[in-house]
Amino acid sequence: MTTSTLTDRLGSLETFNQSALDRFLEKRIDPLWLSAKRKEAWEIYQSLDWPNPRDENWMRSDIRGLKLSKFAPNVDESTQIASGSPVRLLDGVDVSASARSVNGVVVSETLDEKLSAKGVVVGSLSRCAREHSGIVEKHLHSLICPKSDRFAALQTAMWSDGFLVYVPRNVRIELPIHLHAALGDGQVDLSHTLIVLEEGAEATVLFESSSPDPMASGFHCGGVELIQHGNSHLRYVNLQDWGKGSWHFAHQRASVGRDAQLQWTVAAMGSRFAQVDQRVQLVEPGASSQVNGVMFTQDRQHLVYNTLQHHNAPHCNSDFLYKSVLQDRSRTVWRGMIKVSPGAQKTDGYQRNDNLMLSDAARADSIPGLEINADDVRCTHGSTSGRVDEELIFYAQSRGFTRSEAIRMIVTGFFQQIFDRITIESVREALGAAIARQVRQYE
Amino acid sequence: MSHILRIENLHVSVNDKPILRGVNLVIKFGETHALMGPNGSGKSTLGLAIAGHPNYQITEGSIWLDDANLTEMEADERSRAGIFMAFQRPVAIPGVKMADFLRHAATNVRQPDRKEGQDLIPMREFRKELKSKMEQLKMDPEFARRYVNDGFSGGEMKRAEILTMAMLSPKFSILDETDSGLDADAVRLASASIAEIGRDKMGLLIITHHDKLLEHNPPQFTHVMLGGRIVETGGAELARELHDQGYDRIRKAYPDAEAANQQMLAKEEPVAV
Ligand SMILES: Nc1ncnc2c1ncn2[C@@H]1O[C@H](COP(=O)(O)OP(=O)(O)O)[C@@H](O)[C@H]1O
Ligand SMILES: [Mg+2]
Repeated sequence: MTTSTLTDRLGSLETFNQSALDRFLEKRIDPLWLSAKRKEAWEIYQSLDWPNPRDENWMRSDIRGLKLSKFAPNVDESTQIASGSPVRLLDGVDVSASARSVNGVVVSETLDEKLSAKGVVVGSLSRCAREHSGIVEKHLHSLICPKSDRFAALQTAMWSDGFLVYVPRNVRIELPIHLHAALGDGQVDLSHTLIVLEEGAEATVLFESSSPDPMASGFHCGGVELIQHGNSHLRYVNLQDWGKGSWHFAHQRASVGRDAQLQWTVAAMGSRFAQVDQRVQLVEPGASSQVNGVMFTQDRQHLVYNTLQHHNAPHCNSDFLYKSVLQDRSRTVWRGMIKVSPGAQKTDGYQRNDNLMLSDAARADSIPGLEINADDVRCTHGSTSGRVDEELIFYAQSRGFTRSEAIRMIVTGFFQQIFDRITIESVREALGAAIARQVRQYE
Repeated sequence: MSHILRIENLHVSVNDKPILRGVNLVIKFGETHALMGPNGSGKSTLGLAIAGHPNYQITEGSIWLDDANLTEMEADERSRAGIFMAFQRPVAIPGVKMADFLRHAATNVRQPDRKEGQDLIPMREFRKELKSKMEQLKMDPEFARRYVNDGFSGGEMKRAEILTMAMLSPKFSILDETDSGLDADAVRLASASIAEIGRDKMGLLIITHHDKLLEHNPPQFTHVMLGGRIVETGGAELARELHDQGYDRIRKAYPDAEAANQQMLAKEEPVAV
């Protein structure tokens, strides 16, 4: 695969072209600053090539099957063709606010009045860009640079809608906020999620994405920005369960301020191909972040996660644990990097990736890395990969478990270390159930 | 109720290496049998072959539980049919809590026709039962929340195996050196637990070097294994003799078996099972 053939394939029958952009902008009612930002990103989009397969971040990514021409930007108001997309994280959960999008456009929003009175904002990012222009202008795409790659540029230019969660100073929201993105078969989601917690604010956000049918195709090119000011607490859960024919490209960023705490749980099960660039920046002393990643793949799914835990300030803590279980011919790539800037003394960084293979044809690449420019730090990393131990299966069988029950239990146990860290019961149960459902009968 | 476990002319190989060379053994429900023999004589192999370990190939002979031919069954089917083995070296299952493991196991064994996905024994009912069994075994209630055998001491593992046996109430139990990791106190507890299940409510095959477990559970029969065969069978006094005097007499009396035993040991190479 060379760059030029990839460009041909993705770009020659380009549906994301100038006339599409013009029509898109025409339909929108954006504040001026936003239109300007979009146009600027579009210039970048046009100047960039699709990612070079020799690029470190993309060399283990195979996107030859992506035919962008099959997808078109969602210019018109969204129709509800994605109805029936399952919601998994809401079982037995009371929420304080919720919002739902279909094909990247928000179709419903709710927010507890008491929170609204306190200045909390939850809902459509397009609407908020008009109604709370100041907040959005200040934070939107402040962590994601459109020059990162062509997908980031496209998303910055043509993001269609998405969600804003804004929690003012010292407001603590007890009940979770639920966000759901549905994507119809063959449809496009160019959404953005922006979460801003002012000083001392606290919130739990459950975000999930799904498709009406488990094999649905689709194209998601999205962005997530989590911005935490001092002493704020955010628990963010992201269940990616797009149809298994979908393409998922995302830049996901967090910036964690002084003594603030972030717990970010990622569960990746959907899409045929996913490339996620996840970065957590610890920008002020005392910031702490915990990232829990669960990947479960099957068939020919191929999930690529490039993670960065960037210590920009002293006395910060980052703890990344990614675990994946792979079956059939699926493939995962995890590239983890801990970066410590000069002066970020007393950094405590940890990263780990464990992979459990349920078939010989599955493949997990695990590439941990350290880049340390301070001398008084503690950084540890590690990774393991292996097959399910037949001795464990026999042991369970000798206690009456069938072979597939035994494997399911071993897989659940493998993820338990992560589940133990997730304090939200509905999330734990939904993930456990989703995983158990997918474990195949295998010999 | 009367059951019978019948082992006929059993030949077992591991990785094509012959280990058992024609074992015959009949255990009736309610009987206690001791199986003794020097290291490497094939005692664990016999247990694992009965339990259905896939690496232990039966090349000749058969194992019957009443009218059912165990050799045609998977390990889980044998377990559901009433076979239990307390392993010499149980494996750890990280992330799986003892209580959850035992609840699933007990459900499957008590409802042999249960299909995957059908309900488990109700949680409350099961917890109560588990709690009382653990109290009998003087186990810390915390044990139920720990991961299966994960980070257990030798003694804890053996106790967990006994607890599992108590929860599954098998028809036939093979205890493979269950006493070796236990102190005298724990052996007493394990024995009490066996008594609690009722020695008369199960057939027992106790594999041991020691006499501790046998003291509390005097065997009606003692079998001596050497070179993959049972070379001698006696009563409780034979177990005592072997415990006191070792295997010299046996080795001399059965030179062919002794030669086979030496040969197995000599060829011994670590193989992952
Ligand atoms: N998994 C295995 N792989 C290779 N050899 C084995 C395995 N299990 C048992 N053996 C061999 O079979 C013989 C009998 O072993 P075992 O049944 O464990 O004896 P015992 O329990 O009487 O000490 C030994 O020579 C041992 O090396
Ligand atoms: Mg042994």
